[in-house]
Amino acid sequence: MVDTVTRTSRTVIAGTLYRGHEGMWSWVLHRITGIAIYFFLLVHVLDTATLRISPEVYNGVLGAYKTPIMGIGEAGLVGAIVFHALNGLRIILVDATKWGTRYQRQMFYVVLGLWTLLMIGFLPRHLINVFTGGAE
Amino acid sequence: MRRLKLERLGWIFMRVSGFFLIALIFTHLIVNVMQDGGVHAIDFAFVAGKLANPLWQWFDVTLLWLALIHGTNGMRVVIEDYVYRINLKRFLLGGLAVSTAVLIVLGTLVIFTLDPCPTDAAANLLPSFCTAG
Repeated sequence: MVDTVTRTSRTVIAGTLYRGHEGMWSWVLHRITGIAIYFFLLVHVLDTATLRISPEVYNGVLGAYKTPIMGIGEAGLVGAIVFHALNGLRIILVDATKWGTRYQRQMFYVVLGLWTLLMIGFLPRHLINVFTGGAE
Repeated sequence: MRRLKLERLGWIFMRVSGFFLIALIFTHLIVNVMQDGGVHAIDFAFVAGKLANPLWQWFDVTLLWLALIHGTNGMRVVIEDYVYRINLKRFLLGGLAVSTAVLIVLGTLVIFTLDPCPTDAAANLLPSFCTAG
């Protein structure tokens, strides 16, 4: 029974252009990274607003970001932002150019390549700051 | 018809704001997180020192508005994609609208009304120009 279902759905999936391919995964990642960035933005406006209370309170709140666990979270956040930015450019090119749709798959791999390069540039510097306490 | 026009405006807004947000957020990250010490170097003195400059005030307020409206419109699309129960959908969309309005007003006020040198604070927590004069 399970076998039949699997085989049937695999046939159906293989018959579509979109599902399970680069176009779908870029869409899924764009949505997940977007939602994650949105919720960080809510928190980030609130933590910045504590500037208005007093220097002591703001520095105390920011202290919560200066832990190894939050540092790893920040690495994830930057990774999400960089992907959303690069894939957003890909979406703009798909929408605004004549050739964009034809090369959307190649552009997805360019996005992944540039993402890897930028993260290689960012991560060592960031992680050294996180795990050595920065300049403090 | 009106609805379609609004959706089209939202679609254009996502492309245009997204394009500018890339420049704004990458600058924001380079200045704040890629500086010496990274996140550890961020404190009241650093942020208040930046916000004493009108250029950074306008930079940050542009970033605040564009990011919140871009993010809110994105979340609206997500809610409309997945939530079919009309009451739950209204509740979520209403909450989204209210929280965005509150954060835009709050963030804008903080940026433009922050006193970088509050008189009752310890001098070593303040930007260096507070004690220079």
